[in-house]
Amino acid sequence: MNIMSEAAVEKALDKKMSTVNFKMVGKDVSVYYGEKRALFDVNLNVRKNTVTALIGPSGCGKSTFLRTLNRMNDTIEGCRVVGKITLDTDDIYDPTVDVVELRARVGMVFQKPNPFPKSIYENIAYGPRIHGLARHKADMDEIVENSLQKAGLWNEVKDRLQEPGTGLSGGQQQRLCIARAVAVSPEVILMDEPCSALDPIATAKVEELIHELRSNFTIVIVTHSMQQAARVSQRTAMFHLGNLVEENETDKMFTNPDDQRTQDYIMGRFG
Amino acid sequence: MSHTHITTAFDEELKYLTRRISEMGGLAEQMVADSVRALVNSDLALAQKVISDDTILDDAERQIGEKAIVTIAKRQPVASDLREIMGSIRIAADLERVGDLGKNTAKRVIAVAGSGVPRKLARGLEHLAELAAVQLKEVLDVYASRSPEKANSIRERDEEIDAIYTSLFRELLTYMMEDPRNITTCTHLLFCAKNIERIGDHATNIAETIYYMATGSQPEGERPKDDTTPSVGAGE
Repeated sequence: MNIMSEAAVEKALDKKMSTVNFKMVGKDVSVYYGEKRALFDVNLNVRKNTVTALIGPSGCGKSTFLRTLNRMNDTIEGCRVVGKITLDTDDIYDPTVDVVELRARVGMVFQKPNPFPKSIYENIAYGPRIHGLARHKADMDEIVENSLQKAGLWNEVKDRLQEPGTGLSGGQQQRLCIARAVAVSPEVILMDEPCSALDPIATAKVEELIHELRSNFTIVIVTHSMQQAARVSQRTAMFHLGNLVEENETDKMFTNPDDQRTQDYIMGRFG
Repeated sequence: MSHTHITTAFDEELKYLTRRISEMGGLAEQMVADSVRALVNSDLALAQKVISDDTILDDAERQIGEKAIVTIAKRQPVASDLREIMGSIRIAADLERVGDLGKNTAKRVIAVAGSGVPRKLARGLEHLAELAAVQLKEVLDVYASRSPEKANSIRERDEEIDAIYTSLFRELLTYMMEDPRNITTCTHLLFCAKNIERIGDHATNIAETIYYMATGSQPEGERPKDDTTPSVGAGE
């Protein structure tokens, strides 16, 4: 087993990041819901192997921006996305892009845990099966175990893989959903307030998980909890009234932000 | 500091810290002035007052520390709120030390009272104490205004105190060399001078803390130093 101290891992990750490597690039992204404009020319780049937190008051456009990253907005009637978003070098709004394949590369975890009404095993196996990632049962067993391991859930569920996923506790269900997202080996994982329905212990477990997943995945998380953004992310982006106000190192953002609006928001002051 | 918090109780907690720091500052200033006055006038009653006042400062520092801890735990402050609270803890510690130094000077009044303080030295000490008191007073005004520019200018003025301290140091040495009977008094006075010089350093610390509270970055460059006593007598 390769034992590396946490500091060494951080250092290695930082070294990897020293040449800034953007996994996703959003250029002049605007979103309209019918006549209403929800995002105004947002330029935001997502760094590889980094947790990027999107913060801002309700209705600021942070979830809207998150959903543009795997075209979840396509499912909303009357929603129009303008601008360009690339994943590595691929324009994800190119008409030839297969959206199902895109969402395999850019997975998503939602606010409320939403396991399928199937067994724990099937919850994980479903994605890899439709994407043809496993030829044999043994392959699938391995994917299921690996994914549950990565989500830190394996030890808790290994003896009851055939029981329904909905029978797990809220925190376990959310980690099951993360395992399900991880199972198709995505490159980016989007999380929309993944802990808002969880108690503090389940939240801590999910946060720990996010911290571990960072070495293999690129993560973008929307959160209403300032402390959560401060705890889990390396970069933070602040949205306000559909504009990107500031994007900065998380450490800087929570000690000495550049923008007054960020300052007021994170400190809970009247703007 | 442009807007108030949505949670008004948080504002109250921050105001409490600011108010207590100002109170501590006022008392520390008073103690410094009284201790030197007690020294040059051999006023034992005043010295005793300084000694007993020190416990008020000690208590205030503890209370500020406790309030700060509770506020951090409850509010999880960030950005300038966090700097504000951390700054209060540091400034309270500096002021508490200023009180200790005043108290130490006051304690020496008894030892020095018998022989009295030579006129010339008394003037030097008073001048030094005046400068330290002005430094302290101004830094407390800056605390109220949170002006980083003024904080910086105070930081640069510590030089003057250091220079006078160095000249007092030389004078005290001269007195001791002239007549060994002066040694006891002069040694005590040397400590008193050192105490006052240290008060200037604490004022500088406070100025640096205020600069950090206001800007979020540390003041740049080395702190100006003109205390050359470590090399006085070394092969001169």
